[in-house]
Amino acid sequence: MKVKSQWQTICHKDDLVTHSGVCALLENNQQIALFKINEDEVYAISNWDPIGNANVLYRGIIGDDNGELFVASPLYKQRFLLNTGKCLDDETLAVNNYDIRIYEEQVQVLVA
Amino acid sequence: MKSQISTNIKQKIVVVGNGMVGHHFVEQLSENNLFDITVLSAESRLAYDRVHLSEYFGGKTAEDLALTTPENYQSLGVKFQLNAKVTQIDKSAKFVTTESGDVYVYDKLILATGSFPFVPPIPGKERDHCLVYRTIDDLDAIQASANNGKIGVVVGGGLLGLEAANALKQLGLETHVVEFAPQLMGVQLDKAGGQLLRSMIQDLGVTVHTEKATKIIVDGQTSVHRMEFADGSHLETDLILFSAGIRPYDNLAREFDLTIGERGGIVVDNSCKTSDDNIYAIGECALWNNFIYGLVAPGYNMAKAAASHIAGGDLQFTGADMSTKLKLMGVEVGSIGDAHAKTAGAQCYTYENQPDNIYKKIVVSQDGKTLLGAVLVGDTSEYDSLLQYALNGIELPKSPDALILPSSNGEKPTLGVDALPDNATICSCLNVTKGDIIAAIDCGAIDVGEVKSATKASTGCGGCTALLKNVTDNELAKRGVEVSTDICQHFAYSRIELFHIIKAEKIKTFGKLISQHGNEHAKLGCEICKPAVGSILSSVWNDYILQNDHLPLQDTNDTYLGNMQKDGTYSVVPRMPGGEITPDKLIVIGEIAKEYNLYTKITGGQRIDLFGARIDQLPPIWERLIAAGMETGHAYGKSLRTVKSCVGSTWCRYGVQDSMSMAIFLENRYKGLRSPHKIKFAVSGCTRECAEAQSKDIGIIATENGWNLYVSGNGGMKPRHGDLFATDLDDETLVKYIDRYLMFYVRTADRLQRTSVWIESLAGGLAYMQSVVIDDHLKVCDELEKQMADVVATYQCEWKTTIESPEQLKRFRQFVNSSDTDKNIEFVTEREQIRPARDEEKNYQGHAIHSLDITSLSITEKA
Repeated sequence: MKVKSQWQTICHKDDLVTHSGVCALLENNQQIALFKINEDEVYAISNWDPIGNANVLYRGIIGDDNGELFVASPLYKQRFLLNTGKCLDDETLAVNNYDIRIYEEQVQVLVA
Repeated sequence: MKSQISTNIKQKIVVVGNGMVGHHFVEQLSENNLFDITVLSAESRLAYDRVHLSEYFGGKTAEDLALTTPENYQSLGVKFQLNAKVTQIDKSAKFVTTESGDVYVYDKLILATGSFPFVPPIPGKERDHCLVYRTIDDLDAIQASANNGKIGVVVGGGLLGLEAANALKQLGLETHVVEFAPQLMGVQLDKAGGQLLRSMIQDLGVTVHTEKATKIIVDGQTSVHRMEFADGSHLETDLILFSAGIRPYDNLAREFDLTIGERGGIVVDNSCKTSDDNIYAIGECALWNNFIYGLVAPGYNMAKAAASHIAGGDLQFTGADMSTKLKLMGVEVGSIGDAHAKTAGAQCYTYENQPDNIYKKIVVSQDGKTLLGAVLVGDTSEYDSLLQYALNGIELPKSPDALILPSSNGEKPTLGVDALPDNATICSCLNVTKGDIIAAIDCGAIDVGEVKSATKASTGCGGCTALLKNVTDNELAKRGVEVSTDICQHFAYSRIELFHIIKAEKIKTFGKLISQHGNEHAKLGCEICKPAVGSILSSVWNDYILQNDHLPLQDTNDTYLGNMQKDGTYSVVPRMPGGEITPDKLIVIGEIAKEYNLYTKITGGQRIDLFGARIDQLPPIWERLIAAGMETGHAYGKSLRTVKSCVGSTWCRYGVQDSMSMAIFLENRYKGLRSPHKIKFAVSGCTRECAEAQSKDIGIIATENGWNLYVSGNGGMKPRHGDLFATDLDDETLVKYIDRYLMFYVRTADRLQRTSVWIESLAGGLAYMQSVVIDDHLKVCDELEKQMADVVATYQCEWKTTIESPEQLKRFRQFVNSSDTDKNIEFVTEREQIRPARDEEKNYQGHAIHSLDITSLSITEKA
């Protein structure tokens, strides 16, 4: 049985930090890392670092590599793409990525 | 008696002596593993660096000076015996016998027995505390003797004598040099050069006595000895070091009928073969063309010639250049070729600058076209190019004096490295030519480090480092190789260049820097350039590192002002300057640790680390620490960590200065300084060095007269002994030097480069650093001091600023939408404290199992 995806409101858009990350707890107890590049460019990926095995990705430095945006894990520095969750330093690894939008000043994430 | 019987077809090579030259021979001949090599050494240790012997008192150990190890010889297939003095040679049966009766058969025998210090036949020379300066064992004897004395005399004012005087000075003795001739270093320097050297050395606190012939040594009245001189005067001293020249160790050759020179030395030909076809002699025991070379470079060339001859090659030894450049007690001295202008028709140019203590002379041929010799005292910066003119017969410019004159517009006729012929010697210790360097580059070496390891150039005295770099860079440039020093894909600049841009253009944010100076497609930057720029902005402007513009630049440790641990929790380290803490503060720390259930440990830097704080617990913990009068320890930053210290003269029976107060002062002065990497200090209150200062970036050791400053030491992954930078400094000078040194490091080091690696990356190394910091060679000291004063004046406790800002405090939570905590963080108990639970110990239902004690568990299991 497939549950229909729906937008879950997370927080006010001013709770995000420009060029940095915050973390949110979903209703299903998943942790997601939210990153804000500017007013209309935001990303969401899982907060779990599969290499360091800790919930820390939101505390990493974000950057760009040949035009692609990434967050570097604060533990061992592996980079994960913000739009796909793919790991740039180990192609066998990826973290979940989430659709995210700002709707009436609220940050919303599409969850299953 | 054991004997060796030849069972294989490899030629048996027996090398007697394992000094620098004997070792070099072994290295040469063992290369292709074609020979069965046995080394017999009378000393108790394998080859070590005698050229840098005086550094033994500057803190280098016997291991530091070692040129090889037993493992290395084993891997080369070289057999060796220590404490194996050879006493007999049987030339016809071809074997040698050692003192203990062991017999070694040879096909070829190499005598590399070196030399021994000449001790003039002065009555009383065999008294206790009359020593020589040649081996590490000698140094140990000197050290032991110096411990019981106050005054030391070196007999002999030559190159080695002055080295020995430096050693005595380093040991804290009142030092004298007694020389028979009218001047110091009479072989290498002319009269005027010798005079300047004398006055400079006297200014450094060494008393020089020339034209003194010692008649007899008797009991002293105030000291151990009294030296009575031929002119009726006398000198009292506790220790006498003879350094009046060397004599070849040729007794073995003498006894067993090899041809010996009239005044000693084993006579050799251009292959370094002695009068016996199967015996060679190399180094200071060998007499070539009626001359004994007392330098290591010619010895190396002899070793090469002998090895070549044995292997069937045709390399010959045809004499050697005796030019030399060195630093004696900080005084630069250089001598090239015909320093005394003895060549017929030779003409001289001299330059003398008395206020700055500089003397330079060049000797040119009658036609003015070639350089025959030179004397440099006080400034040897032209040595390398002058040597190239002399060695390669390069035609001199029209006014040769321009080569040594300071020029008002800063332009000097420079000898382009392009002008050097391929056979020009770049490194004379290892005999590496420009052609060798080109060959290494042709074989794929792409930087100085690789050229160095391929050619061994600059691994001897290190005097050619700058020239080597020049030649290498020039050759690489000719091949179109451009070694990128760009920090990352976002900036076409190195860290140093970014530093200058930020400072010169007064740039205060990363955004402005990347938009004005970033590469075309650079957008956000990355995990390389952002923290590097964050650190530079902080060093230059010292703003609060978490203000909006700077926050995204910081590594997580700086972002949350704590050290992230493997499970995403942080550790908390309050500053404890000098490791000093009041009981009241200690109690507060204990109470906090108890309340938040933090794992508590004493760090290596003499403070307390509290582990296991969740991100949301950091602000309340710091609020209490600050209320109790503590401040951030910057344990998370690339910045000053701790100043480790002993109690010094305040409590200790042996302390000679108040190391505690100095440590606290220094820690408070430099706390918060952002730098390319972390910085550690230590201050010891006496020479016992309990604070281990010589393994720190900045190490300070108290002396009777002030402080000795060591720099660029390191523990950790690649330990490095600190270099002795300056001695007997007063408080003010000490702080001034540290200000300059640190700020120069902040300005010029690469990102994440510790001071130990930094100093070795600078052409000129320690000597260059001393010229910048002590002599203000770059004229930047005022600026460095001012910049440091600015940083000191704008210090703030980042945690205090943070807890006073409601906006900042919002960031210290796991979830933006919930006050829950991260359920993945779980602890177990071990030795009565928490530690992160391992995967198999985690309770996946989300409840931590606090009550499980692993220690008792494992004991139960064993039982």
